[in-house]
Amino acid sequence: MSQPLNKEKQTQNRFKAVDIQRQEPKDRVKNFKEVVLGYTEEQALAEASRCLHCANAQCVKGCPVEIDIPEFIKCITQKNYEAAITKIKEKNSLPAICGRVCPQEEQCQQLCILGKKGDPISIGRLERYVADVEREKGITVPKPAAPNGKKVAVIGAGPAGLTVAADLAKLGYYVEIFEALHTEGGVLVYGIPEFRLPKDIVKAEVDYIEKLGVKLTPDALIGRLFTIDELFQNGFEAVFIGTGAGLPKFMNIPGENLNGVYSANEFLIRVNLMKAYRFPEYKTPLGIGKKVAVIGGGNVALDSARSAIRLGADKVYIVYRRSKDEMPAREEEILNAEEEGIEFKFLTAPTKIIGDEKGTVKAMEYITMQLSEPDASGRRKPIPIKGSETMMDIDTVIIAIGRTPNPIIQSTTKGLETIAGGIIVVDKKTGKTSLNAVYAGGDIATGEATVISAMESGKTAAKSIHEQLSKKQ
Amino acid sequence: MSNKENTALDLFTIVQKEELNSITKKLVIYAPDIAAKAQAGQFLIIKVHENSERIPLTFSDWNKKDGTITVIFQEVGFSSIELGQLKVGERIQNLAGPLGNPSEIHKYGTAVIACGGLGTAVAYPVAKALKEAGNKVITLVGARNKDLFILEKEIEAVSTEVIYSTDDGSKGQKGFVSDLLKDLIAKKEQINIVFVIGPPIMMMVTSEVTRPFGIKTIASLNPIMVDGMGMCGACRVTVDGQIKFACVDGPEFDAHKVDFKELIQRLKCYIPEEKQVTHGEGHCQCHNH
Repeated sequence: MSQPLNKEKQTQNRFKAVDIQRQEPKDRVKNFKEVVLGYTEEQALAEASRCLHCANAQCVKGCPVEIDIPEFIKCITQKNYEAAITKIKEKNSLPAICGRVCPQEEQCQQLCILGKKGDPISIGRLERYVADVEREKGITVPKPAAPNGKKVAVIGAGPAGLTVAADLAKLGYYVEIFEALHTEGGVLVYGIPEFRLPKDIVKAEVDYIEKLGVKLTPDALIGRLFTIDELFQNGFEAVFIGTGAGLPKFMNIPGENLNGVYSANEFLIRVNLMKAYRFPEYKTPLGIGKKVAVIGGGNVALDSARSAIRLGADKVYIVYRRSKDEMPAREEEILNAEEEGIEFKFLTAPTKIIGDEKGTVKAMEYITMQLSEPDASGRRKPIPIKGSETMMDIDTVIIAIGRTPNPIIQSTTKGLETIAGGIIVVDKKTGKTSLNAVYAGGDIATGEATVISAMESGKTAAKSIHEQLSKKQ
Repeated sequence: MSNKENTALDLFTIVQKEELNSITKKLVIYAPDIAAKAQAGQFLIIKVHENSERIPLTFSDWNKKDGTITVIFQEVGFSSIELGQLKVGERIQNLAGPLGNPSEIHKYGTAVIACGGLGTAVAYPVAKALKEAGNKVITLVGARNKDLFILEKEIEAVSTEVIYSTDDGSKGQKGFVSDLLKDLIAKKEQINIVFVIGPPIMMMVTSEVTRPFGIKTIASLNPIMVDGMGMCGACRVTVDGQIKFACVDGPEFDAHKVDFKELIQRLKCYIPEEKQVTHGEGHCQCHNH
């Protein structure tokens, strides 16, 4: 995977994807620079030339925002990159981000016809290529429609909120995004590390949205600074809630509040949002030990583990209670983590964290699990093996077992219907909540999911908001 | 959307600066939206410059008409020293608030506020709100010595009675706030509620005074925070055996159920890194209160 591409491979048959360059594992574990270096023009052309341009393209059906994939790939083969990016941006305002972090292998690429006999087209890599070409040249901003005089408030500047804002701004709405943190991007800036998604790329996409005429208001925690009722009183005619995944979950085992135990959210916020990896130039501290256990099997766990190794830990373990097959993380990222020397401890569940006299982590006890036979839903449940408790030498624990919705808006907005745990109830087809002209999307409405599904729900909400407000005179 | 009317001022500009004593500074900051919403018991998160930390800070006052909020802080760590260096006319890069749940203000009857150190700045708006709600407010204020008291006039103006203590006896009774509270209970003062606001060790000791008498006691907690909005979990505290987030579930909790020892231990988390950026000038990261 890490070998630079040679000429031979480019002329390979239709069924073999053009490999992409990456930083070598031994180099990349020492820096936070992007791991995947992207295609060269030659490589992009070679990969694009494999596309069959199916009339009834399956890949489009796998794309949550229905990008006209064969068409943008065709534009690449004609070296018309401007047309390619324009085609993508008809449906997706954040292509440089989606090209990097979308799980294409489970979406568009999974349905690619070529995948039946060989490698599917590397749609994500090609999307990234044209987005990067555009950014290097300077992004051109489409002329928005004439202002229609209607105001929409968007709460949260993550993937869902940015999508709603871009779509409505293009239609002539005045959109203001209220972001609680000091900078826009949501999970793209506080969660996903620099080595997977460079922050200047997020910045460029946010700048693009600002250039569409969207007003960005940081440091504004809705529910506290303004309530949703107050937004309506101030002339907003619709509100979109895209406040994300929220509060970290803990395991409820002894020792979780010892010093040296982080939620993945805290760890990643310190590293990514606050740039603790550049401490002391940036002032946010982050105590990282030599032996780190990351609990969980999703992308957040892998991001934490790969950050920890880059911060100088000698040994980083992923501790997951099921087996590799059940890991929710992207396969590509599991492979990256393996190459970087992360050790996976499967069928392992922590039972206790042990501290020293100062209240700092020194060890962790775990129990070995076995998987049950698949239940009615086909899922294999992990069952502890009695007496298998074992101690491991650890000085840092990062808990990445998920998050529950942030409660602030729900508790300060009367009549906003939620389900257990605080997820906001929406009509999936429209994004409508139980309150008139209040819409929601992204993780706050679906539970934890992907960047692209958040964008999809943003697109849905933008469409419904436009429908509702167009009827109103 | 903003309540900002005075367009001559940028958001978060410092309009007034005052040194209250050798270790304590006061800043009045232009933040009209926050001033319009602020309530007793809440807090702020600030980030002074681009490269700075986000730190929690409490406000001691606000003025809706002028659109200003007042913060009082001690220069005890890198970030608070950085904040103290700002001059009138300069601005704080980021300021988010008001955060956390406001204090529960009711007509309790007699309310005692036991405060010390920087907690006095947090206690002032709580005392004021309790007084306005019709309570008899007895405020017990402690400091190491007479020069370290802050907001004496303000506190006296909103309290029915103020009693002072110092470690060295230079003002009021020699001893601690917890001793003042013991005396008050011994004198058969009918107390309906106690708010303890100050350094964690003081809150721990003081809340033990009321426990045997079953007097409802509320502590305003000051853990380390990063976002302050319910994301990072750095501010988690154990209350009644359950993990709670001080930023969204608090910052006020039933003092008799708080695991103060754990809070104190967690506040020491970043001492080595703090030394690295302050070159040994700072002592701790107890930014808040």
